[in-house]
Amino acid sequence: MEQFLQQLTNGLAVGGIYALIALGYTMVYGVMKLINFAHGDLFSCGAYLGLTLLTGLALQDRVGPVAGLLVLAVLVVVLVALLGAILERAAYRPLRESPRLSAVVSALGASIFLQNALMLVYGARFQVYPSGVLPEIAVSVLGVQVPLMRILVVLVSLVMMGALYLFVQRTKVGTAIRAAAIDQGAARLMGIDVNRVILLVFLIGPALGGAAGLMVGLYYGQIGYQMGLLYGMKAFTAAILGGIGNIPGAMVGGLLLGVVESLGAAYVSLAWKDAIAFLVLILILIVRPTGLLGERVAEKV
Amino acid sequence: MSALLEIREATKVFGGLTAVNKVSFDVKQGQIVGLIGPNGAGKTTVFNLITGNYRADGGTITFDGRSLAGLRTHRIVQLGIARTFQNIRLFQQLSAVENVLAGRHCRTGAGALAAMLRLPGQRREEREAAERAAAELSFVGLRGQAMELARNLSYGNQRKLEIARALATDPRLVILDEPAGGMNENETEELIGLIRRIQARGITVLLIEHDMSLVMKACENIVVLEYGARIAMGPPEAVKQDRRVIEAYLGTDEELA
Amino acid sequence: MSRRLLAGYLAVAVLIGCTPLFLDAYWVDVLCNVGLYALLALSLNLILGDAGLFHMGHAAFYAVGAYTAAILNTRLQLPILWALPIAGLAAAIFGAIVARPVIHLRGDYLLIVTIGMGEIVRIALVNDLGGLTGGSNGIFGIGRPSLFGWKLRRPDEFLYLIWGFVALTVFLFHRLAQSRFGRALNTLREDEVAAEGSGVDTARYKLMAFVMGAAWAGMTGSIYAAKMTIISPESFSFWESVVVFVIVILGGAGSIPGVILGAFLVIGLPEIFRGLASYRMLFFGLALMVMMVVRPQGFLPLRPVRFREADVPPEGAAP
Repeated sequence: MEQFLQQLTNGLAVGGIYALIALGYTMVYGVMKLINFAHGDLFSCGAYLGLTLLTGLALQDRVGPVAGLLVLAVLVVVLVALLGAILERAAYRPLRESPRLSAVVSALGASIFLQNALMLVYGARFQVYPSGVLPEIAVSVLGVQVPLMRILVVLVSLVMMGALYLFVQRTKVGTAIRAAAIDQGAARLMGIDVNRVILLVFLIGPALGGAAGLMVGLYYGQIGYQMGLLYGMKAFTAAILGGIGNIPGAMVGGLLLGVVESLGAAYVSLAWKDAIAFLVLILILIVRPTGLLGERVAEKV
Repeated sequence: MSALLEIREATKVFGGLTAVNKVSFDVKQGQIVGLIGPNGAGKTTVFNLITGNYRADGGTITFDGRSLAGLRTHRIVQLGIARTFQNIRLFQQLSAVENVLAGRHCRTGAGALAAMLRLPGQRREEREAAERAAAELSFVGLRGQAMELARNLSYGNQRKLEIARALATDPRLVILDEPAGGMNENETEELIGLIRRIQARGITVLLIEHDMSLVMKACENIVVLEYGARIAMGPPEAVKQDRRVIEAYLGTDEELA
Repeated sequence: MSRRLLAGYLAVAVLIGCTPLFLDAYWVDVLCNVGLYALLALSLNLILGDAGLFHMGHAAFYAVGAYTAAILNTRLQLPILWALPIAGLAAAIFGAIVARPVIHLRGDYLLIVTIGMGEIVRIALVNDLGGLTGGSNGIFGIGRPSLFGWKLRRPDEFLYLIWGFVALTVFLFHRLAQSRFGRALNTLREDEVAAEGSGVDTARYKLMAFVMGAAWAGMTGSIYAAKMTIISPESFSFWESVVVFVIVILGGAGSIPGVILGAFLVIGLPEIFRGLASYRMLFFGLALMVMMVVRPQGFLPLRPVRFREADVPPEGAAP
């Protein structure tokens, strides 16, 4: 029971991270029908920027541990969002009218570029986050000691997802995003500036991905320039699991995948942990290609 | 004598909308039959049911005494039903002759190994296929454009190329979806001649067309659909006089008044 | 095949045949690698270029071939070149099994599934599947190949083996492109609905594209195993699949000479800039983005020449 709860909470934390990254994939796919291969690398950028700012600015010494972390998070999110917007402008906008394959290859190129840029700046070896950013205490949940960091990761990702959901469902801009996802042409005729919607999606998605990168750095303490590939693949799996283009789907898919993977690693096989996500991916595409929540077309983004 | 194609109570439902509602009609061997009706009457859906692009939700379709239920499209082509598409679907990056050769595919059999080894049978088959493709291009009047890429052909010629591709499959029935769409008067006149020459080869023709002059001139039998249901059937003169057909096309007197 | 293309092939063949006379062992080895990637890219081209199926897990088929050959050689002492056809067959069967359930998926979905398939294979190799693959260390001590009693060791000997196989492949694949089979693959790429409506069994031909592509990648894998004498999972990573994918796209999808040019550009060219080692990949990524805007059809997008006017009978022959 103890182990089960530990694995479950760990799975929820990892799943929350997958879900945040998955939202970026699913929003971009919804509006542009494009797999943004570079999204995983934007997530890595978030992790590395977080490390640089954390050690470089020493915010926590200046404004206190909690405020410091908040400022850090805001900075990372804003910077990665800007990176996302630049990426859209440079790699995808020139290819709006091109065949799908061209955009896919350009996205691959962007991914290779970002990955190697990180390697050149930070080196090929793993980088380590300083310890003690947050007090390393455990909280008792149902009689089980769960690290505070893990609970924070779960909570923060849930809050961010909830905020995004409300934004997309309740605001005018959110409605524009949903409209553009269903039919770009019709949205344009209704006076929606589709270019702005695309830019917005490329700001929000990377912002969430960057936040996820920072959380991975804080949670695991170790980051590598190639980690975007595996996280990206798994997050994409999560997006498909929930039904690509579907915002609540990405959230559910991410949490589900995290839990399945965590429990699978504990009870089935640790060595095959990374294969679990891909098996889930292949199975879901064979059995139910629309994903778990895929049929609610109106919810598409 | 039983008909070549028998459609009995064919039904297709999309979501809550019944696109085709218990439609029945026959196409007799050697005839030219027209399927007409206002936009959205379900004409193309009927075609898609015949060719296996859609699965019927009810009814039966029999071709030469054989049920087509559950067969995949390429099998139906092999049985002898070839089609053209309303919104022209050619292989744009392939040449005209290659497009027609695609139609020969189902009547030839050489595989990858035979091709790599250039076995005598494979070479003979390729030669015969090329001859047949050239003949079909001549038949529709495109022999001179054999080497052009399909996308470089004019609209009218693209429609003719689709017909040549369909004829290359050795069909017993060709179904043409708006063959005169986008054609001018001269081209349409030429098309009527082409359809009659297809009939002269012993091939049965079923066509959807909005150009009434073509339908009235070329078709021996006409089936009229409205809102997914058959409202009239018969020779052109009879259909022209039919009150429900006139209403369907012109609206009722009350609406007009 | 046109005269000009034939002349081009002959010129390249003569040039490569002479390279051991003036290039040192390092550069001959680079050419061997170019040849191996050309083979992989030619095999992927059947799937991606000719049939238009987005497949980014080609390294899996390569791996199945390499490991099959290596296991047969080290466990059963089967001469490595004898294992070549068996490796091809094993990869073909594997390709058929994995492609069968996912073949109906379109575009991006197929892309992502094939990536997943490639990763599962790699993880399986690392986990020492069935105690046969040697885990992350891989398999070593693979016997040197011998051809007609001549044992191949030096890079220049492998150069002839590899490029001989490239020549054979080019010859056969040109014949394939000019056949009913090759045309059927092209109809899939152009318009699947129209292909099925013209009587092409689209599901079967998609599968056949995977089977043929996998078979060739598998055979290439066995040559790779013979050349290296050591193989390990890291040689069959996602990155390898990406490189082969990119070779096909940059060279010109569907074009046999284009794909070979692509192999030279992607594998050979970076060697010239070895001094800039760490910046190479950065430029590579940038080049991909620029290329898609400037020349998305690839450097040498030649259509296969199927018919000349003379091959088609003149006007007047009755159907």
